[in-house]
Amino acid sequence: MADLSELYQQTIVEHNRSPRNFKTLEHPTHHAEGNNPLCGDQISLQLTVDGGVIKEVGFQGSGCAISRASASLMTSAVMGKSPADAERLFRAFHDMVAGGDAAPADPATLGKLAAFSGVKQFPARVKCANLAWHTLHAALQADQTPISTE
Amino acid sequence: MSTTKAWDVTRVRRDFPILATQAHGKPLVYLDNGATSQKPQSVIDAVSHYYESGNANVHRGVYALSESATAAYEGTRAKVARFLNAREDREIIYVRGTTEAINLVASSFGRLKVKAGDEILVSAMEHHSNIVPWQMLAEQTGAGLKVIPMNERGELKLDEYQKLLTPKVRIVAVTHISNSLGTINPIKEMVKLAHAKGVPVLVDGAQGAPHVVVDVRDLDCDFYTVSGHKMFGPTGVGVLYGKAAHLEAMPPYQGGGDMIRSVTFAKTTYAPIPAKFEAGTPDIGGVVGLGAAVDYLGALDRTAAAAYEQDLLEHATKQLGTVPGLRIVGTAAHKASVISFVLDGIHAHDVGTIVDQAGVAIRTGHHCTQPVMEFFNVPATARASFVFYNTRDEVDILVEALKGVRKVFG
Repeated sequence: MADLSELYQQTIVEHNRSPRNFKTLEHPTHHAEGNNPLCGDQISLQLTVDGGVIKEVGFQGSGCAISRASASLMTSAVMGKSPADAERLFRAFHDMVAGGDAAPADPATLGKLAAFSGVKQFPARVKCANLAWHTLHAALQADQTPISTE
Repeated sequence: MSTTKAWDVTRVRRDFPILATQAHGKPLVYLDNGATSQKPQSVIDAVSHYYESGNANVHRGVYALSESATAAYEGTRAKVARFLNAREDREIIYVRGTTEAINLVASSFGRLKVKAGDEILVSAMEHHSNIVPWQMLAEQTGAGLKVIPMNERGELKLDEYQKLLTPKVRIVAVTHISNSLGTINPIKEMVKLAHAKGVPVLVDGAQGAPHVVVDVRDLDCDFYTVSGHKMFGPTGVGVLYGKAAHLEAMPPYQGGGDMIRSVTFAKTTYAPIPAKFEAGTPDIGGVVGLGAAVDYLGALDRTAAAAYEQDLLEHATKQLGTVPGLRIVGTAAHKASVISFVLDGIHAHDVGTIVDQAGVAIRTGHHCTQPVMEFFNVPATARASFVFYNTRDEVDILVEALKGVRKVFG
């Protein structure tokens, strides 16, 4: 049986309460909008990429605890990384929350993002955890059409 | 409380096998009846018996099995006509559900009556299925879509409605009971006001039929739509009631077999109603199940059931009020047993996941009523919708589970 404390791990609860990088950037180089129409989750993500490195990330929006904490932890995780490394992290994160047959990611790769390992037991919530990451992917691809996880 | 004693909920619950099952190791507390209701054993049996021993196509064969399938199919039409108090059986059209019923009217009645510059009137609390088909019609024809506003309790403003009933209006489409707010609209009065201006009215009865006794002749509405699965029948089947004069004048919705009188490559003449609107092989098994659902409801004391549901609504409203930070969205004076709510600072989806662990099934999200969410300035709500097989104990389990939600967030 799925356990609520595995879904709402302490790190997630804490980032939901005090999200990091919950702000608007002055001069972003990349941005994207994401939304999850069935839940009503929506996120607006901005990035400043300079010299091949993500220098600054900010997000705004509203959503459930999972989507909000995921956005917060993602912004912290990708800061200072190259876009290619951020995309690799997205794939590792996606494999972790979507479960399936993929080998579990190395905990060292995911760091604090491992707090979302419980999401795979709650299939209805996978899209909440992935929303910020899909939006990041869209921003980096400079694809400016709004992202939907439906 | 004398009204509720007349209702033997323990006995009624035994009719619904799923209510004895578990979710996450806890007894299932099913409070998502607004999305779909559970099915009594008699409906489940009717559908399986049909496939075990009654299956054949209708209106085609000359053999015994086809004749008995046709009799079951047409017999249900007569039952539904009595259930809704229609004048004639041929005013009952089988469809997939309310969504298809509204699309049928928007497309067919729309083609007949609506042109550029005309207006279509819907209400602020409609389900997307009673908005989008009319928007599509408006786009195709150049007609305008106008909205009857509501107040902060979730009641339609009838004075504004009267002002909106201008000579340009060709049809009013309004819900009997709001799926997200629980509001029971004053349909009879609204129909009277529209008819005084010569405007026909379509009533979305998806939430109406399960909760109240529907009398289309008393309401005097021109169209009434029903989804079988929300009134204890199978999914995939529903009904459009329409006054015969309208249905006869309207062009067919879909072309195909069963809806024709004769076909040549030069010209086709259409069958009379109801066949004109039932192209192709219908969901015969579903119709048989719907007939069993109508029989089931017909055997209940529906006055006692309605009183029992009102008691549950009262109890739930009071008990939900004891949950810290809980706000009920939709507080109309005249409500069905549907309660939408938000918990301060906690998203409805988290609420839904957490109470699910206690075996409680509620709906979370926008309930296909995004304009309602926007009006109340909430991204989503949680919704508990009760019917006559739910109990006060189940309300209390929900309330306890809700009190535990805040603990998860420490």
